[in-house]
Amino acid sequence: MSRKLQYSLAINEAIHQMMEVDSSVFFIGQGVKSPWYVGNTATGLLEKFGSERVIDTPVSENAVTGAAVGAAIAGMRPIIVHPRMDFMLYALDPIINEAANWHYMFGGKSSVPVVIWGIINRGGEQAAQHSQAFHALFAYVPGLKVVMPSTPYDAKGLMIAAIKDNNPVIYIDDRWLYKTEEHVPEEPYIVPIGKGVVRKHGKDITVVSVSYMAVEAVKAADTLKEKGIDAEVIDVRTVKPLDYALIFESVKKTGRLVIADVGWKSFGFAAEITAAVCEKAFKYLKAPVGFVTLPDAPAPASSALEEIYYPCSDSIIKAIEGVV
Amino acid sequence: MNFNKSLQISRSLSKSLLIKMYWTMLKIRLCEESLVEPIIQGEVKCPCHLCSGQEAIAVGVCASLDEKDYIFGTHRSHGHYLAKGGGMPELIAEIYGKQTGCSRGRGGSMHLIAPDKGVMGAVPIVGGTISLAVGAALASKIRKENRVTVSFFGDGASGEGVLYESLNFASLKRLPIIFACENNLYSTHMPIKECRSKNNIFEIGNSFCIPSYRVDGNDVLKVYELTKKAVEKCKENKGPVFIEFMTYRLRGHVGADDNIQGNRTDIRPNDEIEEWKRKDPLKKFEKFLLENGFLTKENMEIIKKEIEEEVRNAYVFAQNSPYPEKSELINHVFKE
Repeated sequence: MSRKLQYSLAINEAIHQMMEVDSSVFFIGQGVKSPWYVGNTATGLLEKFGSERVIDTPVSENAVTGAAVGAAIAGMRPIIVHPRMDFMLYALDPIINEAANWHYMFGGKSSVPVVIWGIINRGGEQAAQHSQAFHALFAYVPGLKVVMPSTPYDAKGLMIAAIKDNNPVIYIDDRWLYKTEEHVPEEPYIVPIGKGVVRKHGKDITVVSVSYMAVEAVKAADTLKEKGIDAEVIDVRTVKPLDYALIFESVKKTGRLVIADVGWKSFGFAAEITAAVCEKAFKYLKAPVGFVTLPDAPAPASSALEEIYYPCSDSIIKAIEGVV
Repeated sequence: MNFNKSLQISRSLSKSLLIKMYWTMLKIRLCEESLVEPIIQGEVKCPCHLCSGQEAIAVGVCASLDEKDYIFGTHRSHGHYLAKGGGMPELIAEIYGKQTGCSRGRGGSMHLIAPDKGVMGAVPIVGGTISLAVGAALASKIRKENRVTVSFFGDGASGEGVLYESLNFASLKRLPIIFACENNLYSTHMPIKECRSKNNIFEIGNSFCIPSYRVDGNDVLKVYELTKKAVEKCKENKGPVFIEFMTYRLRGHVGADDNIQGNRTDIRPNDEIEEWKRKDPLKKFEKFLLENGFLTKENMEIIKKEIEEEVRNAYVFAQNSPYPEKSELINHVFKE
């Protein structure tokens, strides 16, 4: 059965279904009782599963994330939510030093099946500390998986895949996607971690996009179609492990590449994809790579500056027109 | 040692438990001391933080736990690992970087684990496992298990913010966890008076409505008695408990005798070292066992010989074990 469901409610449904079937799954984090923090992603969980498995916490990101990691080491499958990803930086020790290294540094004798969920809250004049996207930072670290769904279907399927995964998975969503709606199957399903998807097939140029920029990239491709440019849009869905094969295959076909990211330009997602294409598919490139990213600057508050800080489909169109 | 008090405690304990505790303390001591020469000779390259002088805490605490109870440790956790039942051959093999080590040679001395014995992991990030231990206790509470978690950390960890967050959260959720602070008066090279305005670590727990105690960490009977009570409290859903164990390391911060200054001389005052040598937990316990007729000198000689044999065998095991395959360098990054 399939019916239309909002992105945020698709996440909610995934958590409900996993908590029903697996008693080791629990939900913990700051504001899980408060729609103001987590939107409607937590609707009905407390009522159904009680405060022992739906745990609202004080603002102690370091210890509470550590507790989720420790519970995972002890055999649970926790979901720890950070309603603003910026605050998650307090928890870098349990995420990087502990969770990411754990399985390797103990020679595979112990593992950390935890979902660490960080929500990006861009725009709204919230400025630098309420808007950051740290997917590249986490993807840099061996031992972490990083997923960034852009559609309600993937939001549900990747959350279920993340919960079932035996490793720490950083699940990153963007509030700008919460109201998007599409057909989502009612039954539980998995979107495989590490598999990207072609959102739109084309032959002239490859646009590799992630998270909210996948939505903008499809819009841009639709507009360009009318202008006679046939762009192929890849939504990577998982940042790490990245589906390099899908990207190389497309670049071999089109010979041109634009990368559309929700993060900063330098040393990040766009840089990694460029490096990989230069390493493995250089001879197919017919033009320099185009970048659509945030400038290397913190987010401003003023809406006048926000307008030019965050790229949109027009930015992607410009970038594509620059390389075709 | 307050003999009357110790005698009183020992009356409630079986002779076999007393002997087991003595055996384990001596095992840890001989195992630690066996590493000194290989470290000085450069045969052991992995940084080892020896716990000689602190054995009574590991042994007294772990003797009060069941096998299924959890412990989390630190950079100085050889003793915790052995006291909770971790294998000595796997410890020595790990220190030698062998595939048969408890962490398959990927972790070394500072990353010890024996999940089937409840040794859930020891790591060298100061304070790094405190919140993990809180999480393990939370897991036990959710699963409604009758299981206790002990978080071992040193006095240095009282400078880390995560301790305070963890105490608050554990207290709020009434988790079955014992915060076991081993105060050996030094955070690497720094004496405690240069780290804290007052040497009062156990009082931190009181601020979070956690019953908090300080005890002589060099008296294994007192350590055992207090921890046993703490375990009972946790099992009655009256956790957490905070215990500060006063102790002293008889060796340096790292290696045979280095306190980080790099020249293998001890920077601690000589008088202080001599004073604490007189309080050596092993000698104290030996004296007690002899004077109260639990063991004879001959018994102790036999035990020592057996342990020396065990230590020798652990080295033979490590030396005969293979290194990890180079082709397996990046195995274990992810669990399949």
